[in-house]
Amino acid sequence: MTEIIQHSVISVLIEDESGALARVVGLFSGRGYNIESLTVAVVDAEQKLSRITVLTSGTPMVIRQIKAQLKRLIPVHDVCDLTEEGPYVGRELALVKVVSSGERRTEALRIADSFRARPVDTTATSFVFELTGSPEKIDAFIELMRPLGLAEVSRTGIAAIGRGPSVFHLKKEPV
Amino acid sequence: MTAAERDAGTGNEALNGAEVLLRVLDEEGVEVIFGYPGGAVLPIYDALFKQDRIRHILVRHEQAAVHAAEAYARSTGKVGVVLVTSGPGATNAVTGLVDALMDSIPLVCLAGQVPTKLIGNDAFQEADTTGITRPATKHNYLVREPGTLAQIVREAFEVARSGRPGPVLVDLPKDITVGKAPLTKPALSRLQRLRHQGGPDAIAIARTLEAMKTAKRPLFYTGGGIINSGPEASDLLRRLARKTGFPVTSTLMGLGAFPSPDPQFLGMLGMHGSVEANMATHGCDLLIALGSRFDDRVTGRVDAFSPNSFKVHADIDPSQIDKIVPVDVRIEGDVRDTLEALLEGWGETPAPDLSTWWNQIASWRSVDGFGFTQDMTPSAIIRPQHAVRRLYELAKETGRDTFVSTEVGQHQMWAAQHFQFDKPNRWLTSGGLGTMGYGLPAAVGAQVAHPDALVIDIAGEASTLMNIQELGTIAQYRLPVKIFILNNHYMGMVRQWQELLHGSRYSQSYSEALPDFVKLAEAFHATGMRATHVGELDDVIRRMLAHDGPVVADICVAEGENCYPMIPSGAAHNQMLLGPDQDSEAAGLTEEGKMLV
Repeated sequence: MTEIIQHSVISVLIEDESGALARVVGLFSGRGYNIESLTVAVVDAEQKLSRITVLTSGTPMVIRQIKAQLKRLIPVHDVCDLTEEGPYVGRELALVKVVSSGERRTEALRIADSFRARPVDTTATSFVFELTGSPEKIDAFIELMRPLGLAEVSRTGIAAIGRGPSVFHLKKEPV
Repeated sequence: MTAAERDAGTGNEALNGAEVLLRVLDEEGVEVIFGYPGGAVLPIYDALFKQDRIRHILVRHEQAAVHAAEAYARSTGKVGVVLVTSGPGATNAVTGLVDALMDSIPLVCLAGQVPTKLIGNDAFQEADTTGITRPATKHNYLVREPGTLAQIVREAFEVARSGRPGPVLVDLPKDITVGKAPLTKPALSRLQRLRHQGGPDAIAIARTLEAMKTAKRPLFYTGGGIINSGPEASDLLRRLARKTGFPVTSTLMGLGAFPSPDPQFLGMLGMHGSVEANMATHGCDLLIALGSRFDDRVTGRVDAFSPNSFKVHADIDPSQIDKIVPVDVRIEGDVRDTLEALLEGWGETPAPDLSTWWNQIASWRSVDGFGFTQDMTPSAIIRPQHAVRRLYELAKETGRDTFVSTEVGQHQMWAAQHFQFDKPNRWLTSGGLGTMGYGLPAAVGAQVAHPDALVIDIAGEASTLMNIQELGTIAQYRLPVKIFILNNHYMGMVRQWQELLHGSRYSQSYSEALPDFVKLAEAFHATGMRATHVGELDDVIRRMLAHDGPVVADICVAEGENCYPMIPSGAAHNQMLLGPDQDSEAAGLTEEGKMLV
């Protein structure tokens, strides 16, 4: 029986309380689930809710388990599998430092322009580019920068949201 | 009128956090706490000293406090409560918490913590208790504000008992329990959203009923969820089994939900289950899992588990469904409600003709996989199975309500195989975690909950030593617990696996330098007894049962006895090892299986 490994982007709406993120991360590590990227920030200060976006992978049975296990966590309000629920927009932000001079420097700037990456810090020998896009786009940009003096990369991991008018959360709950 | 008098009864008296805590425990119906004092919980012990509504049982080790509370909870259906101090008090409790998590036992563990200002400073007896117990509990809390104390404790009880029950820990910094705290009124629970809305899905019930009406070889596979759901669920199961005429098998944790002596009961299934239960599981065409979770001790080789059946899984915890074995129908919700819906849907449908299936079951049953030969010459060595069977028969003769706890290992399996239960909540064992040392403190908890009942710990000599200090607790509270040790001088289950899988190399499994259990009993103010030959067995059991105080009975049994039937890890249900003479390779004992536990 060959198992198909699928990638899933899962959004988790969780109460912003001490240790909440540790519960989610601990669940993944404790049960041997994969985290390819994870982002978290408060999205509703009034209701004290954070949104976590996890990019994970596994067999369809494992993905179902991940969602079911997440829903068991007491502070979790809702879990949404964006990959399953329909089209979504997934974006990542990267800061890419390139240290080079001469022709390599000009080439780096030229490619950055075509990727709509903005230099947010410039010195005579370096750039820091800011770039947003899908993880694949960022991967491609980093690969192109490699021979041009790529020195350091910082990436946020994917933040994602479903396309269209439907929303998955923010039902008013008694807190 | 003083301010204090004026405020009395309005919930606004100037109480400290410890007093608020005890008020909330009282509101929650707590009658007993199992605990051990220490620096960080001194304010709570002081508040306990000043009241007389809640009883405190002083254990001798925090792990034992948790096991005692587990047995208290399991045997009463109430939430068990534990009180431990910070640092080592909390870390000692961790084994018990994981045990309760695995077996879905509702507990609230109150742990002391260093004052809020010292948290993170490596203070004396500081441990990151919420960090350590996060994966060991269903949920845990650190109380940071006095204003949240009452509500957090109330919520802890709600989390512990709602849905699939489990242990909850509340970490209580000392400044919170010493300082003033408001006894806030119960607030609307934020847990409403976690509750399962309404009954089981009507379509799922209809599909199940349809399958039940056409099945030729149906089987109910019941688990600990039936026990957790309350005695009513056991009653509904019995009625449904009567109406349908279906056979019933149970997991280790579910024993007692259906009466073991009943002809419709096939016994426990799984690694050391009965031949008929395992063969029926393998051969059935409809498997209805009720509050059971397809544990690896039950399934054996997953891809060969019940290969030709239509599967229905009813569980209160949706994450258990499709976790290990994919099923055809999923029913989420309290198994009591599911049973009720099935019973109602079945209505007055006559029981289908299952005679072919029952004839098949009868032929499997005739194998008698639990069989053993006891030489009845008085000087003959005692077979452990015979000892358990006689214990059951003689305990039954007393007519007393009987609770049985066990440690973990061969004796536990023999107890499950040979002791019969006809009521739920009477069987207290560590199923999921397999915690050696569970049985003695569990007997303490059961006896505290049921002072007039007969409480027996069926033990192994190795396991029971892991919490033997609880003989002190037994002495202090004059608990008439009977500790029935099947003493084979080995960690028997380890020895059995070493024999079958590791070329009889008995690495570290011999119980060297054992204490004299009779003298040990006496040292702890209990009565010690010993049976070395079968001729002495009945007399020792009778004297033990008749004695009104605690007894340690050292039953010297055959050293090399193995527990059969056995489905070796990695094998299927129709590949049971039935006895020592069988070729182990034919029974699927493979190198691959050796890697599994």
